[in-house]
Amino acid sequence: MSDSTKPILELTDVGKSFGNIHALRDVSLSVRAGEVTCILGDNGAGKSTMIKIISGLYQHDTGSYHVCGEPMNCSSPRDALDCGIATVYQDLALVPLLPVWRNFFLGSELTIGPWPFRRLDVAAMRRIADDELQKMGIKVPDIDQPVDTLSGGQRQVVAIARAIHFGAKVLILDEPTAALGVKQSGVVLKYISAAREAGLGVIFITHNPHHAYLVGDHFVILRQGTLDLSSPRAELTLDDLTHHMAGGAELDALKHELKRIDAPDVGAVHEKHEQEIGS
Amino acid sequence: MATTKSPPRKPASPPSPETVPGGTPARVTQRSLARRFATRPEVGSLVGAVAVFALFFTVAVPFREFDSLSTVLYASSTIGIMAVGVSLLMIGGEFDLSAGVGVITSALAGGMFAYELSLNIWVAAALALGVSLLIGFLNGYLVVKTKLPSFLITLSMFLMLQGLNLAITRWVTGSVASPTISDMDGYASAQKVFSSTFTIGGVNVQITVLWWILFVALATWVLLRTKVGNWIYAAGGNADSARAVGVPVNYTKIGLFMTVAFMAWFVGMHNLFRFSTVQSGEGVGNELIYIAAAVIGGCALMGGWGTAIGAAIGALILGMAQQGVVYAGWNPDLFMFFIGATLLVAVVLNMWVRLRAQRR
Ligand SMILES: Nc1ncnc2c1ncn2[C@@H]1O[C@H](COP(=O)(O)OP(=O)(O)O)[C@@H](O)[C@H]1O
Ligand SMILES: [Mg+2]
Repeated sequence: MSDSTKPILELTDVGKSFGNIHALRDVSLSVRAGEVTCILGDNGAGKSTMIKIISGLYQHDTGSYHVCGEPMNCSSPRDALDCGIATVYQDLALVPLLPVWRNFFLGSELTIGPWPFRRLDVAAMRRIADDELQKMGIKVPDIDQPVDTLSGGQRQVVAIARAIHFGAKVLILDEPTAALGVKQSGVVLKYISAAREAGLGVIFITHNPHHAYLVGDHFVILRQGTLDLSSPRAELTLDDLTHHMAGGAELDALKHELKRIDAPDVGAVHEKHEQEIGS
Repeated sequence: MATTKSPPRKPASPPSPETVPGGTPARVTQRSLARRFATRPEVGSLVGAVAVFALFFTVAVPFREFDSLSTVLYASSTIGIMAVGVSLLMIGGEFDLSAGVGVITSALAGGMFAYELSLNIWVAAALALGVSLLIGFLNGYLVVKTKLPSFLITLSMFLMLQGLNLAITRWVTGSVASPTISDMDGYASAQKVFSSTFTIGGVNVQITVLWWILFVALATWVLLRTKVGNWIYAAGGNADSARAVGVPVNYTKIGLFMTVAFMAWFVGMHNLFRFSTVQSGEGVGNELIYIAAAVIGGCALMGGWGTAIGAAIGALILGMAQQGVVYAGWNPDLFMFFIGATLLVAVVLNMWVRLRAQRR
């Protein structure tokens, strides 16, 4: 990995409060090109708040935020997009009933013709959307079908392909595997590493350490708005990560408690539990 | 959203959801074409229009004459022009309950500006347009700034305008109607534009019918072939998503409220130049007729789905009903019952169509 290169995106001691809730406190983060930075944490740890700051939906209260060495004053998602920061939100920022190609180009539509007659370049947009999706390995039967009719994994990939097509330097994925089954999660993880190979800096938010460890180069754990861990892959094993995620001692207690379930199919219960974490 | 739509987890073996089921690609395409047609927002209302036409054609002998057709088209056009704006707004995810009285506000403003200030009719009409656009802007601005449901904002606007229409008219003219302006400069040319008739094959047709067709065509082009159209669907379909990819949702919505206001001005001018005077208490209740036209035409109440052509068909259904009830010699009060029944059938049908569209 390109550890020596300068980070494309850097947060230093960033804080954000909502009224008297400190959603984030003194959090630092560096994102480099060609790296997957995983942000882990329980529900309410502040993951979404952090990426909303990065993507310009929220302003940070304290600390600094630099993109390519320049102080960043994103006041809107549009500004962040113009800086090459693309976010695939938990809700994917797709409009369910719009056709696939319209979703693909939403907000960045291609047009032809002089002003009063300026119109969508429908043919080009349909062709490009189809090409880009094929490159990502998705064959949509009909590029005109509402995006709603795609599977969860396919929708994720549409959102990722869109971000890559529009020249994202940093790709932020907010819990892309949260709603997916094992197989579909695999599809999405594949595209995360594809985006890394394409030289993008990827921020991958998840609360599943297994998914994170499959693709991550750097791991950050948030706990109640503060940084609990920030470590490169080389200094960490999956067990460390899982252990940290569950909060160390708390995990031990949980293990102890689980052992006491004396049912004959403890294995099945365990597997189910893991799947639920995975979902 | 993603959570609820995620397919049930399947055993890891067959068939892979990422690949198109092999075998008969031709059949897949054919079926999807048929489905694409069957799930167009307008298709249900088109069937409805044929049914309503057949009904009145059967029960009302005068309905079969060509002249009646022109009367029906005229009634449809005044509903339909407003329905263009109202349907665009509804696709964009908002309502305007002030649209009905807004028409009268504009007409009253035009009439009173012309008479009281002795202005050329066209100048007065331009001032009335300013009044309408201001109302539309206020509606839109308040909705996007307060984030309150547009139902509440425009209900307030509706009641305020209703009061102002009566109060200002009485205060300025001392009566309940705007002064007659038919002898003023520019009246003749304005009447040509907003309220004249022409003859096709011996049948008199109101010019509003032409304007209606023009506005529907324009709205359809905007919706399907321009950026703004994409933004309207997105703003109504999922405003947060649209905002996140850089769509100016607030401008889009304010623009839509102002489009409704423009249409209200247009119909207001038609009323003014047809009768040269306007009753200040009119218009109440019409907003619901416009909304009904849009919904019967397949527009989703919650936004993100619908077409201008659908709304036009909805307006046509209501126009046929309005005149058909008269031609059939029924109690005219039944018109409202008829609208209600049609609306009920339409919403159930539309829900079914939309569910099919969402299914693969
Ligand atoms: N817009 C908001 N207003 C008030 N509190 C918020 C807002 N967004 C997040 N929070 C609070 O900040 C904390 C972190 O939330 P979030 O960033 O969504 O966590 P995560 O995505 O890790 O689950 C939570 O306690 C949440 O209630
Ligand atoms: Mg979250």
